[in-house]
Amino acid sequence: MRLYMKFFSMHMKSQMQYKLSFFLTMIGQFLVSFAILLSLYFMMSRFNVVMGFTYEQVLLCFASVLMGYSLAEMLGRGFDLFPRMLGNGEFDRALVRPRSVITQVLASKMDFTRLGRILQAAFVFIYAVPKSGVIWTRDKILTLFLMVICGSLVFFGLFIVYAAFSFFTVEGLEFMNILTDGGREFGRYPYAIYGEGILKFLTYFVPLALFQYYPLLYLLDIEKSKLYMFTPLLSLIFLLPAYAFFQYGVRKYKSTGS
Amino acid sequence: MIKLENINKTFRVAKRQGGFARAVKALFSREYEIIHALNNVSFTINDGEMVGYIGPNGAGKSTTIKIMCGILTPDNGICEIDGRTPWLERVAHVQHIGVVFGQRSQLWWDVPVVDSFELIKDIYKVDSSLYQTNLDELTELLDLSELLKTPTRSLSLGQRMRCEIAASLLHSPKILFLDEPTIGLDAVSKIAVRQFIKKINAERKTTVILTTHDMQDIEALTERILLIGKGKILLDGNLAELKKHSSERKTLIVEYTGKAPTISEGMTVSEAKDGRLIIVLDPTQLSVSEAISQLAAQSDLIDVSVTGVSSEEMVAALYEEYSI
Repeated sequence: MRLYMKFFSMHMKSQMQYKLSFFLTMIGQFLVSFAILLSLYFMMSRFNVVMGFTYEQVLLCFASVLMGYSLAEMLGRGFDLFPRMLGNGEFDRALVRPRSVITQVLASKMDFTRLGRILQAAFVFIYAVPKSGVIWTRDKILTLFLMVICGSLVFFGLFIVYAAFSFFTVEGLEFMNILTDGGREFGRYPYAIYGEGILKFLTYFVPLALFQYYPLLYLLDIEKSKLYMFTPLLSLIFLLPAYAFFQYGVRKYKSTGS
Repeated sequence: MIKLENINKTFRVAKRQGGFARAVKALFSREYEIIHALNNVSFTINDGEMVGYIGPNGAGKSTTIKIMCGILTPDNGICEIDGRTPWLERVAHVQHIGVVFGQRSQLWWDVPVVDSFELIKDIYKVDSSLYQTNLDELTELLDLSELLKTPTRSLSLGQRMRCEIAASLLHSPKILFLDEPTIGLDAVSKIAVRQFIKKINAERKTTVILTTHDMQDIEALTERILLIGKGKILLDGNLAELKKHSSERKTLIVEYTGKAPTISEGMTVSEAKDGRLIIVLDPTQLSVSEAISQLAAQSDLIDVSVTGVSSEEMVAALYEEYSI
């Protein structure tokens, strides 16, 4: 953990070398997600409710998914850019250092320009939390935190799977973006609106709905069971196969080379 | 001590063929080719030795280095380094080795060199006092004091290489792997880097294993040479033994005024311009001093130079001899 903080400050120093570029990118990130927010606003001002969710309630969804995704992307960028690390031999360097491979890949890149998106998500929370009609109890605040934290971890798991695939194909795989970028984009609305099939897929296979749709039902008192409050924790099981897959990739790399 | 016994490594490489139809066919059924990167490679390197590992491109140098570093797992065979098998005990093993890849940097591009060093200190969990002694020593040896505060991006290649080598020695490794450490350096930097490697080997008793294509590196640095070709160790010996494999012929460059000398048995003219002769001499037929006195008796010599076979030519001849 100390090492991770050290890497953290190194990345900070590196990125602060180019201050103007840093702030412009950050503002860019902010504006892009702002545009998405606008599209959401126009959509909702026409229809008012989607499957019984009001605009502010949908915003809760939007903000928690955006926040989780951006946190994962900011800190787990190393996995996102992993194909590059394999290509330029940096991964060999990681293997000749006495630390776990996962830690090193994780620490290899951090992108603080994603703060633009995190900021956006924070603003939306500030707007939506009081207006969503949720009566905020301690349990519900905890639920919201779980949604963000577990969401970020599941996206992080997806990045790991993406990275692991690149052991086998070398070139990056665009289809994974359906789940990562797509998960974020579609996560603007509760996943249930896309139909039963998709909801099942996002529950049992890639558990995006576990940290978004189900706990949202708890927040809105649609489901009263405490079980719904803790569904985000259930989604973390996804990290196990993701981790195992990555380790399998490392083993394959060690026996075949790049 | 490094001990390799009968290490084998094969790679399966997809055959690629030209043409659209074949490319489509390859989508569905691929033909693979087995490449024997290493074929029963065995050698032993003792503590404190300095070994040059040479061979043409694609001979298996990097594969061997990668196996010794724990990056690759061989198909079979034994590799023991200080009692550890690199690919089985990666973390424990790499704590005691330093690796420099000449073509890649381990320093952070945008921050001062010393910050990269501090990070490496934490990665290897180097004790603060040991780190300070090592840093002071390396700073003096490599003349780094000016460079430490500079961001890597503004260093010249030679300066960077000095920092790279220092970076891989901060944790006092017992073995140092150098993969083409002088690639792309100018003459002055090359000499500086060579001197430094020598010093490290002499003072710290660090085992050094060096791959290079620059034969001057080998001449300046290593007593022992391992020659690899097509995945096999072809030669394990010193420079003198290597020289035995190549011919003893000498090249004489003679400048003269007046009449051109006639050439006797044992000498052949490879180039003749007015006033200048390049002669190849076979010393088994005619000694060098004999040849010069013969030439001097006939013409007025301005300048004579004698050169043996350069180690570059020697290695080229070796590659040819083993047809690799």
